[in-house]
Amino acid sequence: MVLLFLILVPLLSGILSFAIKGNGAKTLGVVSSMITLLLSAWVSGTNFKESVSWQHDWIPMLGTQLSLLGDGLSSMLCLLTGIVTMVVMLVNLNKDVEKPGSFVGFLLLSQAGLMGVFLALDALLFYVFWELALIPVYFLCSQWGGEKRIAVTFKFFVYTFLGSLMLLAALIYLSLQSPGMSSYSWNDIVRAGSSLPASTQQWLFWLVFIAFAIKMPIFPFHTWQPDAYEQSPTPVTIMLSALMVKMGLFAVMRWLLPVLPQGVVYWGTTVKMLSVIGIVYASVLAMAQTDIKRLVAYSSIAHMGLMSAVMFNYSVVGMHGVIVQMFNHGINITGMWLIVSMIEDRWGTRDMNKLGGMAITAPRMAIALVIIAFANIALPLTSGFVGEFMLFNGLFYGDGSAAQVGTMVVAGLGVILGAVYTLNMVQRVAFGNAVEMTSDSRDLSANEYAGIAIIISIILYLGVYPKPLLDLTASMIAQ
Amino acid sequence: MSALAGQVRMANLAYLIPLFPLIGFLINGIFWKSMPKSLGGAIGTVAILASFIVSLGIFFEVKSAAFHGPVVVHLFDFIQSGTLRIPFAFQVDALSALFLLIITGVGTLIHVYSTSYMHHDEGMVRYFAYLNLFVFSMLLLVLGANYLIMFIGWEGVGLCSYLLIGFWFKNRDYTNAAKKAFIMNRIGDLGFLVGMMLVIFNYGTLTYQDFFGTLKAGVTPNLGSVNTWIALCFFIGATGKSAQIPLYTWLPDAMAGPTPVSALIHAATMVTAGIYMIARSGALYSLTPGVLNVVAIIGLFTALFAATIAIRQYDIKKVLAYSTVSQLGFMFLALGVGAYTTAVFHVMTHAFFKALLFLGSGSVIHAMGGEQDIRKMGGLGKHMRTTQATFLIGCLAISGVPGLSGFFSKDEILANAFGYSPVLWVFGVLAAMMTAFYMFRLYFLTFSGSFRGTEEQHHHLHESPAAMTIPLIVLAIASVVGGYVGLPPVMSHHNTFASYLSPVVSNFGLHHLSHTTEWALMGVSVIVSVVMIGVAYSVTKTPNFAESTGLAKLLENKWYVDEIYDAIIVRPLAGLSTLLDKYAERDGIDGLVNGVGKTVRWGSERLRLLQSGQVGFYIFTMVMGIIVLFMISFFGVK
Repeated sequence: MVLLFLILVPLLSGILSFAIKGNGAKTLGVVSSMITLLLSAWVSGTNFKESVSWQHDWIPMLGTQLSLLGDGLSSMLCLLTGIVTMVVMLVNLNKDVEKPGSFVGFLLLSQAGLMGVFLALDALLFYVFWELALIPVYFLCSQWGGEKRIAVTFKFFVYTFLGSLMLLAALIYLSLQSPGMSSYSWNDIVRAGSSLPASTQQWLFWLVFIAFAIKMPIFPFHTWQPDAYEQSPTPVTIMLSALMVKMGLFAVMRWLLPVLPQGVVYWGTTVKMLSVIGIVYASVLAMAQTDIKRLVAYSSIAHMGLMSAVMFNYSVVGMHGVIVQMFNHGINITGMWLIVSMIEDRWGTRDMNKLGGMAITAPRMAIALVIIAFANIALPLTSGFVGEFMLFNGLFYGDGSAAQVGTMVVAGLGVILGAVYTLNMVQRVAFGNAVEMTSDSRDLSANEYAGIAIIISIILYLGVYPKPLLDLTASMIAQ
Repeated sequence: MSALAGQVRMANLAYLIPLFPLIGFLINGIFWKSMPKSLGGAIGTVAILASFIVSLGIFFEVKSAAFHGPVVVHLFDFIQSGTLRIPFAFQVDALSALFLLIITGVGTLIHVYSTSYMHHDEGMVRYFAYLNLFVFSMLLLVLGANYLIMFIGWEGVGLCSYLLIGFWFKNRDYTNAAKKAFIMNRIGDLGFLVGMMLVIFNYGTLTYQDFFGTLKAGVTPNLGSVNTWIALCFFIGATGKSAQIPLYTWLPDAMAGPTPVSALIHAATMVTAGIYMIARSGALYSLTPGVLNVVAIIGLFTALFAATIAIRQYDIKKVLAYSTVSQLGFMFLALGVGAYTTAVFHVMTHAFFKALLFLGSGSVIHAMGGEQDIRKMGGLGKHMRTTQATFLIGCLAISGVPGLSGFFSKDEILANAFGYSPVLWVFGVLAAMMTAFYMFRLYFLTFSGSFRGTEEQHHHLHESPAAMTIPLIVLAIASVVGGYVGLPPVMSHHNTFASYLSPVVSNFGLHHLSHTTEWALMGVSVIVSVVMIGVAYSVTKTPNFAESTGLAKLLENKWYVDEIYDAIIVRPLAGLSTLLDKYAERDGIDGLVNGVGKTVRWGSERLRLLQSGQVGFYIFTMVMGIIVLFMISFFGVK
C-alpha cells in the first residue's frame, strides 16, 4: 500500500494545488513533498531486507493491472525523486511565480508520474505514468518558460511524442505475443519478448529504445535538451535533468534489457559507440557554451553517454555503477541548477562572460559552487567519484582487445574535457573581479541555504561512505 | 599481523595522522569568516605538528627490530560490488613512514613560516584551511593500502594545488595557472585511472599486498604485456603529478601561488608523488624493464631540458621551479635505472634543500615588497644575513658540493646511472653542471653585488621575523646533515637509508662499481660543479641584462613549449568546439529536427487542422491517439 501512497500523495495534492489561490500552494508543495520523501525513505529502508510489491485489478478487459514493485532500483529512484522534489519545493518558497497554484500543481503531478514510472510492473501502467510525468512539463515549459518557450516546447514535444508513439506500439505488439494475447504484466512481457525470434527483436529494439534514448538523451537524439533546459523555469529544469533523464535509463534496465535480449545483443555495440561519441561530442560542445545553463546541459549529456555506454556493456560492477550514478548525478545536477538559478536571480544573466567575483560578493554561494563543480567532475570523496570509478570499471569489462581499451580511453577523454569546461565556468563565475549584483538579494537566503546544504551533505556523505547506496542497490546486480 | 598486535601500538594509530589536518581544515573551513587570523594559523600549525609527533612515533616503531612487515589499518569497506572489494585502509611500512615524516616535518616548518608570511593577507584563515586539506590529501596518498586510496589523495592534492595556486583569485593569470595545473594533472590522472582498471581486470584487486604478492610469486607469466601497459599507464600519471615531459608546463606557472605553497606543494611533497608511486610499485616495474628504460630516458631528458631553461630565467621563483622539474627528472632517472631507494633518498634531501630555497626566496620577496625579478635585486646579503647564509647552504646542497645532503643523493643517482650506461651518466653530469651554474647565478645576482632596485625598495630591505628565519635554519641544518644516512659504498659499508627501506623497496638490477671507478666519477662531478660555481661568479660580476638573441632567447622563452601546446592543442580544440556547435549541432542535427517539425506544421496547415504549433492541440491529438491505440489493442484481442 505504501507504494500506492507514493503516487497518490503527490497526485492528490497536485490536484488540490490547482484550487489554491496565492502562495499557500508553495507551502502545500513543501508539505506534500516532505511526506512523499518520508514514505520513499521508508520504502528504501525496508528494501535493505526485501522488495515491496502491491497489486490490484484495474482494467481486466485490457489485461492490465495496477501492479507496483519497489525493489532496490525503484525505491532508490523514488528516494531520489523524493529528495529532489523536496529541495525544489523548498528553494521555490521565496521565488515569485505567476499562478503558483498551477505551477506547484503541475510539478506535483509530474512527480506522481515519475513515481509511477519507477514503480510500475505493468507495461500499460508504465506507459500511462510515462505520459503523466511528461505532459505537465509541456505546460510548465510553455507557460512559465523563457522567451523562446513556444518553439522549444514544440521541439521537445515532437521528440517525445514520436518516441512515445513508437513505445506504445511496441508495448501493444509485445502484449499481443503474451500468453492469452492480452497481458501487460512485466513477467509476461519479458517472456513474450525474449522468446521472439532474433530478427523480430532486432527491429522491435528500436521501437522501444528510441523513446528511452530521447529521454536520456543519447547522441544524436539530444538536441531538444539544451534548449529545453535553457528555456524552462529552473524547477522544471531540475525535474527534467535530475529525474526524467533517469526514466530513460531506468526504462532500459527494466523494459528493454530483459525484454529483448537478442535485440540488445545485436545493437549493443552500436548504442555503445553512439554513447561514447556522445561523451566526447557533448564535452566539446560544452566548451563552446557561454550560457551556464547550456553548459550544464551538455555536461549532463556527456555524463549520460558514459552511463548508457556502460549499460550496454553488461558487467556486474558496471551495472551497479550505472545504478548508483543515477542517484549521484540526480543529486549533483540539482545542486548545479540551484546555483545557476541563484546566479540568474542575482545578476540577471547566465552569460559567464558577464559574471565574475562571486567569491567576493557571495562567498558562501561560491563555496557551494566550487564543491558542486568538483563533484560534477567526479573528484574523489564526492559522490560522483565512486559511481564514475565503477562505470569505468564496467566500460573496461570485455575481451581486453585494442577496440575495448580504445573505447575506454576515448570515453576517458570526457574526464579531461569535463575538467576543462567546468573549471572554466568556475573561473569566470566565482573568480576575477566582482561584478555587482542587479538585485537586492545577497548571499544564500535561509531556504536556499537549507536546500544547498542538503545537496552538499549527500554529495560528501556518499562520497566518503558510499556503502548505504551500494548496499541498497546491490540486490539488483544479480538480475 | 595479529601476532604483532601486542608490540605494534603506534602503527595502529596511523589514522590519527590524516585526522588532525582534517580537523584543522574543518575548523578553519567552517569558521573562516569569524576566526581571528592568528588563531586560524595556530590551529593549522598545531594540527600538522600533532601529525608530525605521531609520525615520529610510528617512524621509530617501524625502524625498530621488533617491526615485521607492514601493518594494515582497515577503516571500512569503501567500494563493494560483485567480486570487487576495495577497502578504505592504510598501510604503515618503511616507505610510508618515511614519507609521513617528510610531509609532516617539512609541513610543520612551512606552516610556522606561513603564520608570518601570510599575516598581512585577509584570506589567511582560508589559506590555512586549504593548506591543512592539502596535507590531509597528501597523507592519504602515501598512507593508502591500495591504489584507490592513493588516487583519492592524488586527486585531492591536485584540488588543493588548484585552490592554492589560484589563492589570489582576483587575478586572471593566477586562476589560469590554477586551471592549467588541474587540467594537465587530469591528463595524467586518466593514465592512472586506466592503469587501475587494468590491474583490477587482470588481478582482481587494487590492494598492494595482494597485487605485489601475485607479481612476486611469478604465477602469471602470460601477463607480461599487460604489466607493461599497467606500468606505462601509472607512469603517465606520474608525469602529470611530478611535472615531467610532456606534462611539466603547469609547474612553472604554479608559482602564482603564495611562496610557502610553492615550497610545500610544488617542491617538497606533492610533486614527488609520482616518485612515491613508482617506488611503491617497484615489484611491478622490476618486471617491465622496457618501461623502466622509458622512465630513465624521460627523467634524464626532463632533467636536462628544464635545467637549460632555468639558466635564462629572471624570476627568482621560476628559476627554482625549473630547478624542481629538473631535480624530479633526476629522481626518475634513478627509478629508471632500478635504484628505487636512491630516488627516495633524493626525494628526502631535495625536500630539505628545495623547501629551504623556496622559503628563502619567500623571505627575499617579502623584503623586496613582492618583487620577484632578480634583475632588480643584488647585494641583499648585507641586509638579510640569515636568509643569505641559509640560501647559500641550499645552493651548495643542490649543486652537489661534498659534505652536504644533495651531494650524497645526487652522487648515488649518477653512480647508478653510470652502472646502467655511461651515456646516461654523461648527460646526468651535464645537467648537474647546469644546476650548479643556474643556482649560483641566482645566488650571486640576488645576494652579492650592489642593489639594482628602486630607492624605496632599498630602504625597505630587512631580515624577516623569527617565525620565518627559524624554519630556514632548521631546514638548512637538515640540508647539511640529511645526507649522512645514505653514505656511498666507498665511504661506508652500511647504507642506513637503503637498509631501512629494504623490506619494502628493493632495487632492481644495479651494477656494482669498483671503488676506483666510484671515486673517479665522484671526483669528476665535484670538479665540474665547483668550476660551474666559479663560472657563475664571473658571469654575474658585471651583470648584463641586454636583450638576448639566438639560443639565449629560445631559453628565455622556455623553448616556446607553451606556445607550441597552444598552437597544436588548445586553439584547435577551441576551434573544433565552435565549429561543432555551429555546424554539427545547430545547422546539422537541430536543423534536421526542426525541418521535420516544420514539415509536420506545413502539412498540418495544408490540412487546415490547426493554425500554428499549439501545444495544447498536440497533446489533445496525442491523447486521442492513445485512445485509438487502446481500442485497436482491445478489439484486437477478440
